[in-house]
Amino acid sequence: MTHIASASRRGFLQASAALGAFTLAISFTEEAAAQGTPSALATAPGATMAPEINAWVVVKPDDTVVVRIARSEMGQGTLTGLAQLVAEELDCDWAKVTTEYASATENLRRGRVWGDFSTGGSRGIRESNEYVRKGGAAARMMLLQAAAEGWKVPVAELAVDKGIITHGRTSRRISYGKLAAAAARVTPPDAATIRLRDPKDWKIAGKPLPRLDTRDKVNGKQVYGADIKLPGMLNAAIRACPVFGGKVASFDAAAALARPGVKKVVQVGENAIAVVAEHWWQAKTALEAVNITWDEGPNAHVQQADIDAMLAEGLDATQAFIGNRAGDAAEGLAKAVRKVEATYSFPFQNHATMEPMNATAVWTAERCDVWCPTQNGEASLAAAAAASGHRPQQCEIHKMHLGGGFGRRGWQDFVTQAVLIAKQMPGTPVKLLWTREEDMLHGRFHPITTAKMTAGLDADGKLAALHIRISGQSIVAGIAPQMLQNGLDSRVFQGLAQGGNEFTFGYGVRDLLIDHAMRNPHVPPGFWRGVNLNQNAFYQECFIDEVAHEAGKDALAFRQALLSGAPKQLAVLNAVAERAGWGKPLPAGHFLGLAAIMGYGSYVAACAEVSVSRAGEVKVHKITAATDPGHAVNPQQIAAQVEGSFVYGLSAAFYGECTVKDGHMEQENFDTYQVMRMDEMPAVESIVMPSGGFWGGVGEPTIAVAAPAVLNAIFAATGKRVRRLPLRHTDLKH
Amino acid sequence: MTKLNVNGRVHEVQVDPDTPLLWVIREQLGMTGTKYGCGIAQCGACTVQIDGQAVRSCSMPVSAVTPAQKITTIEGLSAASTHPLQQAWVALDVPQCGYCQSGMLMAAATLLAANPKPTEAEIRENITNICRCGTYNRVIAGIKRAADATARRG
Repeated sequence: MTHIASASRRGFLQASAALGAFTLAISFTEEAAAQGTPSALATAPGATMAPEINAWVVVKPDDTVVVRIARSEMGQGTLTGLAQLVAEELDCDWAKVTTEYASATENLRRGRVWGDFSTGGSRGIRESNEYVRKGGAAARMMLLQAAAEGWKVPVAELAVDKGIITHGRTSRRISYGKLAAAAARVTPPDAATIRLRDPKDWKIAGKPLPRLDTRDKVNGKQVYGADIKLPGMLNAAIRACPVFGGKVASFDAAAALARPGVKKVVQVGENAIAVVAEHWWQAKTALEAVNITWDEGPNAHVQQADIDAMLAEGLDATQAFIGNRAGDAAEGLAKAVRKVEATYSFPFQNHATMEPMNATAVWTAERCDVWCPTQNGEASLAAAAAASGHRPQQCEIHKMHLGGGFGRRGWQDFVTQAVLIAKQMPGTPVKLLWTREEDMLHGRFHPITTAKMTAGLDADGKLAALHIRISGQSIVAGIAPQMLQNGLDSRVFQGLAQGGNEFTFGYGVRDLLIDHAMRNPHVPPGFWRGVNLNQNAFYQECFIDEVAHEAGKDALAFRQALLSGAPKQLAVLNAVAERAGWGKPLPAGHFLGLAAIMGYGSYVAACAEVSVSRAGEVKVHKITAATDPGHAVNPQQIAAQVEGSFVYGLSAAFYGECTVKDGHMEQENFDTYQVMRMDEMPAVESIVMPSGGFWGGVGEPTIAVAAPAVLNAIFAATGKRVRRLPLRHTDLKH
Repeated sequence: MTKLNVNGRVHEVQVDPDTPLLWVIREQLGMTGTKYGCGIAQCGACTVQIDGQAVRSCSMPVSAVTPAQKITTIEGLSAASTHPLQQAWVALDVPQCGYCQSGMLMAAATLLAANPKPTEAEIRENITNICRCGTYNRVIAGIKRAADATARRG
């Protein structure tokens, strides 16, 4: 343990000093992987947290169980799911379960006993299920041991149910709450000896239990980051140079300082100005009165057309990184009886969380505290340490509930800004809240890519050769270039990868080449819910549909023939086709479209039922979706994630697009960045079909099949292919 | 001094008359259930009722509200989260992140007050609030459930 703790700390300090928060998060993850999963065993509890049985479990005298959660809850239900997994092994009373976030500072101090805090990549449950279950099981064993010692009977003679331990022979019973203090003193079991329950025997996990965090969300009591109130707190509004890479040249704060409530006008880093005032509206309006001169830098001349041209050039470039190869695609295409070719493109997107970015900080010469909605408490800690000039051990991150995350809150720019502002007003808590406009201009955008798809059909009309050339932006190159592998960004090939257990290309194609010409515009890229699976599924599943059509084959049968090597992908595809009535009569004017892919370790499919009026108005009537996540910890929450995924995916498909003008984004609010609303929402039928034996994510994969399923149905209805998103660019009059 | 009647209580606040009602509710009155989402009346996260009508408070200057008008926020929808919509929301696990749900509930409460038994088409047309998590179908189901529960009670 000592070695692990010091290695973690050394890695943490190096990373936070040299590379910043994002890299830190990656280095933490790698380090954790290298060390194996975190120990389920307790080390000394920290001063800032409640007394515990072990790191994951606190039992209070009234039998309330507090499950510690390291990942962030942003609506995806991971808080409830992780608590179910711990409670399952703990054998406690679910009605008495509550949760609390573990502290990132404590995690650092205790050798990363809670493992990774990063909440993204649909990893919350699939990557921590084993060690959180072991945490629950270890606590149960310690409670049983404490009872056995107290009663002086063998542990093997005890039974436990819902937090009550009984000894049948002597008819004695005792609740967890009365044993907690003694159990905390029991020597923890060796993690290697802990046997986890077979999922088929689950009583709490695997059940469609209500979320633990609903009640306060219906009465206004849930406190989000933007809602925090601290004594003496001031409020800040900020404006960074709209042009990416631009800086503050100079500013005149005189007019702003004369306005009511304004306390201070400060420069924040190289590129932003903030106004600190008594109330936020005062700060926001005073900021508009600050006369800022920007040094916009070389990007001020970049237009969207320049970026589009940069990407188009990559489609035929000779140099490209190979992500997946089988046989000889060039030869296969040359020999093809028939070729099909099409170019697709997917634009920049903004996460547009409902709660704009915010963080609240108080800085003193001794320490720094930050209250923030974050997808990675450890990355927030690193950012706070770097900006405050303190060691991480002098900083504390108070994780707040997130008003949406979708990947955006893995970045810590708002934490850095809040600390830099607070540092200029020692001892005074300052809440920084971005305007929606700031949030839209300074997103971490879904990468822009385009793809040239070339298929070769053999004499039987079978897909024999396929070349997918992706041209466009790499997230990794934009944020952590040291993570590239000889220049290659393997994450670009999500859903198209050769092997692996997360993103495997499912179709069996004899001659295959999938490669990437990396073209990086100046726009900062980010992980946007679903990430590269989104555009890759759009490219793959719409094009497969095209090829099937050109081959004169049924879109389902064509896919089925290619999926013999991917039985789980085939199974979800078949499930939606059967449930949606593929090949059966539909209401007049209704058409179906299919899509299926593997992503985040899960297999997902969708079948959309769509009609398109003669004038070109699209109505999505229903989507049937199937998910095989291996194990389903809470089927009801999976269904909710699937429903929400269609809103996120179809918002992007119908409307989502950020475009560059003079180096900055043109869209500044929901009036120009429209999203799907209730009037367009289709009915969703969700089939959750866990086949066991693996753990897949559920927060993201279904987003990727939303657009292609609908677009394929639109083709069936209109004969028109939509190859450029968003859909509003295509006239669907027919 | 500006006088506001919020959730049945009269408050006096010192505030610039141009300040949107949203920020007075959140900051001067300290009721943070009403949310800021866009500031241009697009998303509906800031929805409150003024004399029973749904209003997007981010775009309503506080000076446009008279002391006689009755403002209801999410905190005043019911005393103990017992409004039929709140009960339906809990029963159906409607919220995900929950940030938009105060506005959703206030918009839905306004709809049900005017139209106790809305059709699904009426619900879809009336509730224009944005939810990025994508809870729309459960919001629709929640409104129907609340309408049914109210009808049963007579």
